[in-house]
Amino acid sequence: MQELYYKSASELAELLAGGELSSVELTQALIDRTKSVDEQVGAFNSFDEADALAQASASDERRASGDVLGPLDGIPVGLKDNLAVYGQPLTCSSKMLERFVSPYDATCIQKLKSTGAVLFGRLNLDEFAMGSSTENSAFGPTSNPWNLECVPGGSSGGSAAAVAAGEAVFALGSDTGGSIRQPASYCGVVGLKPTYGRVSRYGLAAFASSLDQIGPLARNVKDAASLLQAISGHDAFDSTSYKAEVPDFVASLESLKGRQWTLGLPKEYFAGVADSPALEPVRQAIEFYRGLGCEIKEVSLPHTEYAVATYYIVATAEASSNLARYDGIRYTHRAESFDAKDSVDIYCQSRAEGFGEEVKRRVILGTYVLSSGYYDAYYLKAQKVRTLIRQDFERVFREVDALLTPVAPEPAFRKGEKEDPLSMYLSDVFTISANLAGIPGLSLPCGYSGGLPVGLQILGKPFKEDEILAIGQEFETAHPFKDQHPKL
Amino acid sequence: MAEDSQFDIEYTAKLARINLSEEEKAKFSSQLNSIIGYVEKLGELDTSEVEPTAHPHPVENVWREDVASDSLPVDEALKNAPAQRNNMFVVPKVVD
Amino acid sequence: MEYEAVIGLEVHVQIKTESKIFSPVKAGYGHEPNALVDPVVLSLPGALPVMNKAALDGIMKAGLAFGCAIPDTCKWDRKNYFYPDSPSNYQITQYDQPICQGGEVEIELPGESRNVMGEHKAIKLTRIHLENDVGKLNHFAEDSLVDYNRAHTCLMEIVSEPDMRSGEEAFAFLTAIRQTMVYCGISDCDMEKGQMRADANISVRPVGQKEFGAKIELKNLNSITGVKNGIEYEIKRQTRELKKGNTIIQATWRWDADQGRTEPMREKEDAHDYRYFPDPDLMPVRVDDVWRERIRSEIPELPWDKQRRFMEEYALPYTITSVLVPDRGLSDWFEAAAKQAPDLAQALGNYVANDLLRELSEADQQLGECEMTPNSLLTLAKAVAKGVITKQIAKDVFIEMFKSGETADQVIERKGLKPDFDESQVRIWCQEALDENPRVVADVRSGNAKAINALLGPVMKKSRGKASPQVVGALLRELIDAGE
Repeated sequence: MQELYYKSASELAELLAGGELSSVELTQALIDRTKSVDEQVGAFNSFDEADALAQASASDERRASGDVLGPLDGIPVGLKDNLAVYGQPLTCSSKMLERFVSPYDATCIQKLKSTGAVLFGRLNLDEFAMGSSTENSAFGPTSNPWNLECVPGGSSGGSAAAVAAGEAVFALGSDTGGSIRQPASYCGVVGLKPTYGRVSRYGLAAFASSLDQIGPLARNVKDAASLLQAISGHDAFDSTSYKAEVPDFVASLESLKGRQWTLGLPKEYFAGVADSPALEPVRQAIEFYRGLGCEIKEVSLPHTEYAVATYYIVATAEASSNLARYDGIRYTHRAESFDAKDSVDIYCQSRAEGFGEEVKRRVILGTYVLSSGYYDAYYLKAQKVRTLIRQDFERVFREVDALLTPVAPEPAFRKGEKEDPLSMYLSDVFTISANLAGIPGLSLPCGYSGGLPVGLQILGKPFKEDEILAIGQEFETAHPFKDQHPKL
Repeated sequence: MAEDSQFDIEYTAKLARINLSEEEKAKFSSQLNSIIGYVEKLGELDTSEVEPTAHPHPVENVWREDVASDSLPVDEALKNAPAQRNNMFVVPKVVD
Repeated sequence: MEYEAVIGLEVHVQIKTESKIFSPVKAGYGHEPNALVDPVVLSLPGALPVMNKAALDGIMKAGLAFGCAIPDTCKWDRKNYFYPDSPSNYQITQYDQPICQGGEVEIELPGESRNVMGEHKAIKLTRIHLENDVGKLNHFAEDSLVDYNRAHTCLMEIVSEPDMRSGEEAFAFLTAIRQTMVYCGISDCDMEKGQMRADANISVRPVGQKEFGAKIELKNLNSITGVKNGIEYEIKRQTRELKKGNTIIQATWRWDADQGRTEPMREKEDAHDYRYFPDPDLMPVRVDDVWRERIRSEIPELPWDKQRRFMEEYALPYTITSVLVPDRGLSDWFEAAAKQAPDLAQALGNYVANDLLRELSEADQQLGECEMTPNSLLTLAKAVAKGVITKQIAKDVFIEMFKSGETADQVIERKGLKPDFDESQVRIWCQEALDENPRVVADVRSGNAKAINALLGPVMKKSRGKASPQVVGALLRELIDAGE
């Protein structure tokens, strides 16, 4: 029989509803699992056991009195450590915020609380979500549960690894350039980056405001859909959140099943990697859809080769400004010694001590591209190329319903393998365009290569998460990789 | 390109308010020069007729009505402060 | 060589709103430190700004009042700089697309004397834009303490063209801005509370030269008088330097009001590399004609227009209008009475500008608190005009009315101030006065018409002040003429 900690949220909801399981038992099982494996995996920055059990107990009381708040009531959700939860640490895996305790809730957290879900743990990430390996954490790297020598991907590496290792039923991550989809792919779980504006960013420590989105990581498509359901919707506290109808994502998995989708293969995405043995599972997944009777069309996104450059200008520029608030004055790390006669040294020294190397590098790059004399050549130029990239997608989405692509050029790499930042940045090539264009993207386990999971990316039209989830579930139903787990 | 890039690590790090060691300066200079060299490929594109994108799905006039809501309690506002006195944040003497 | 100054002002005005510009927390002054903050104001991780619509309405009102163009769109930019009073270390402002463009402020320069209207002049504006205010630093011997209550208050920045030539013009410019803001209900512009602040750009050049000289940005001008004094000092200093053959180097200086002099401020090498870029957390603003017209319809008659109209329509002297008009409530109060009896407007103007203000000040009351109404003041003016009571008695009646809220007729009745005699009695008193003062009578008869005034007093005394001086004067003349 399947271990409790590997059951899906929908199965657990039935057990809770049938009275066969209490939320306290479930939460305790996850705490035990975490205690037994997290030494190896390192997915958690911290967890508040007493708080989680108190939430679980409150859920059980609601159930006993017939006041269940919904299908997520009593089910634990893991949280990336860049989401604000009242009274809980919010470290962003940075020394800068090592002792910060949030005095407020993110909108997605308030929404989750209103569903009765048990908020459990603070999951590791690349510092301030800057990275693709979760190696850039001030509190140490997270390991890939499938191979502890490998990275789990990033920046939501803690979220992906926790879900894969049975330490979380599902979890929230954030995706600025692939930070949900790439670790989901590396860890063999489902990850969804929603359309920009679908989920409120209020309470998500910003990396790049015009690219960031919060989204779910889960062990199957349906769980991802139900977690997305819980956090979606317009929010008056986020001016960039969108007033779009939120469909019933779980119900539409059924209603959209069996559609004859027209699916595009962007030739630029396959040009260099078409023959890569690592991506054989992706090619097989495409054949699966062809076999289902979907029309598979080659399409072109001609500005793809400019996406990485565009992304690293836009993202670092916004980050350089967003991270200016971490200055040693109000709530962050303050250097113990600094030159008090130099009015800026308290900043310079606190930030030198509080930020890790990758954050410093990106903040300096972002500062440079905005600085006097360079704005037009870099930032403005990148914003214009961003328009071209967005228009590429608008054009192909007039022909196809969704796009099928790899998530990453290769499966999880070994820790310490990528030392050169540019080569690390270039590995984001398949995921960052979706952030630049603001479209949704799903990462779905589609097989293995060298014992490591490989993901298929399904990119959809804006606000059509329901479609890419339904397309993904067709594959998942036929290929139950969700039932395979790493050996720990 | 990388060789003739104008990247001034001293000035930029100071502008970003980050002290760097000599070692970091050397390392970042070379890494950032190669990144800047890479992003200069955008120059290949003619964007003279292209409008910039600031938001992926722009809408206009997103605002709220002028109704005041509660503040954070003062103790919550100051609880993470590295130094505080009289319910205020202590900073080194600012000479302006 | 003769030199002239060229002055441009940057004026910050807080817009009076319930809540802050990008946070829903209450906006206010005089609260406990850090009592008006939330995640947005403190710039906590994850906090996001949302525009306050009232701030946009407020600045549009100011812009339309000054004749600015309100373009169809404007947007938000971040101005990046580190300073402890700025919680995010960037200010949300409008860099290249401000909400108000152009426009002008009508100013009045001092006249030859207080009774004479001075020259009016239009000072051109470059733009007005909206931004968030910053917190307040309190300096101590060893350190500084930061209070973020003021942070994120709605702030507009009015940027003038370099159109002014003296400290006096700058003074008049600020006075005119303040009056318009207060009139429109946009801001109270209390400089002590930081609701209005000004920086000046000052340069000096030889008269006749077209190019501007190197400019000094002068900060810390904390009062309207400070603006005038600081600018005048700086003009003299720069002129002196130029005359000595020295050059002025563009820099930021501050006005030290205590010492009465300007001094250079320390500047960082990167001080002006603000790295402006569009704020990705905020959406652009689109303005249409419906919105523009709604705001336009909320703008009251502006002070200078009202002053010109009062002088024309009610024939009020300049001095009275310059007391009434700067106070919108007071001038409206006056007009509520005056429009019912335009022929009595001058008397009403006098009562309001002199008696009413004096009594309010003595009672330490605001206009809104006082018992007297425009209609009751009108009863007093009418009573005097009809000769029911004398102007002299009216002064006392006014005080009674102010205290009790009664009409003039009620006070006159209650106090028995109405004459309790008829004209034949006055004629008797006049005859008595003639008989008692034969020398005065002789004097008048010998051609000194003015001498008759010496007879008024005795008659008024006999009537206990109640006789109408006009009637008494006429009767005395008649009796003197008749006796000739």
